[in-house]
Amino acid sequence: MHQVGEVPVLDLGGVLLVSIQVELLDDTVLALQQDLTERVAETGARGVIIDISSVDIVDSFLARALRDIAAATEVLAARTVLVGMRPAVAITLVELGLTLPGMTTALSVERGLELLDTRLDENYPTRQG
Amino acid sequence: MTTTAASRVVQVSSEMDIVRVRQAAREAAVEAGFSLVEQTKLVTAASELARNTLVHGGGGQVSTELTVQQGRTVIRMVFTDSGPGIADVDQALADGFSTRGGMGLGLGGAKRLVDHFAIETGPDRGTVVTISSAARRGRRR
Ligand SMILES: Nc1ncnc2c1ncn2[C@@H]1O[C@H](COP(=O)(O)OP(=O)(O)OP(=O)(O)O)[C@@H](O)[C@H]1O
Ligand SMILES: [Mg+2]
Repeated sequence: MHQVGEVPVLDLGGVLLVSIQVELLDDTVLALQQDLTERVAETGARGVIIDISSVDIVDSFLARALRDIAAATEVLAARTVLVGMRPAVAITLVELGLTLPGMTTALSVERGLELLDTRLDENYPTRQG
Repeated sequence: MTTTAASRVVQVSSEMDIVRVRQAAREAAVEAGFSLVEQTKLVTAASELARNTLVHGGGGQVSTELTVQQGRTVIRMVFTDSGPGIADVDQALADGFSTRGGMGLGLGGAKRLVDHFAIETGPDRGTVVTISSAARRGRRR
């Protein structure tokens, strides 16, 4: 396993799984963003799953970092799926004005993995071409 | 009648202090009997405003106060800095406006997340943002 600050990154063979368990400091968010993007490039990962089921608030700073991670991995031909957002967080984000457009979301890690495989299969021909 | 039940001040000079402000907001919200969604809204608003105090205001302080007004517990948080201030408040409140390459949602978003929002600022006058919220369904305890 690999750590960024206190955030563990697990390689599930082609898919990187990140579980955010701690109260994130801004520096940790930036380190995670940089590290994940680099690891996608190094490992050629097809996808990244970010599990935020332990995260009790998402403010604009964290939302922006998540969006940037997704955008960067997308450029590297990997897909980022955000999983496990708490209902209270979702309600708050909408009111804040943050709808995370373009981000793929799923209710659980399992669903995220399913989604990733499905999507990747669908996109396979375009990715090769 | 208004009685002040508890008050707490957090100095904001590093990002660790933003976490402390979030904790203060969370504790107050639990104390005031806020629902989970109400807690999340207040803590998120506090996080946005504390970050503004640090990043735009160059640091400052945040006070969190619980008051009981006509049997309702109200949380009031005041974010104070002596930074450059805001010349055009309407513009700063507009979604998407940022002088730092942010998403520009912090100020306007925080305003939508709380019951009351007030801002006192001006060029070279620093900035004081005051927010307050009460539990929707009254006190639970
Ligand atoms: N305490 C403050 N002191 C001085 N200027 C401020 C302060 N708070 C906000 N501003 C000004 O208002 C603008 C809008 O603030 P807002 O929080 O909405 O967006 P932001 O901080 O730029 O980005 P983000 O979406 O990441 O919060 C800021 O870019 C800044 O110019
Ligand atoms: Mg802001």
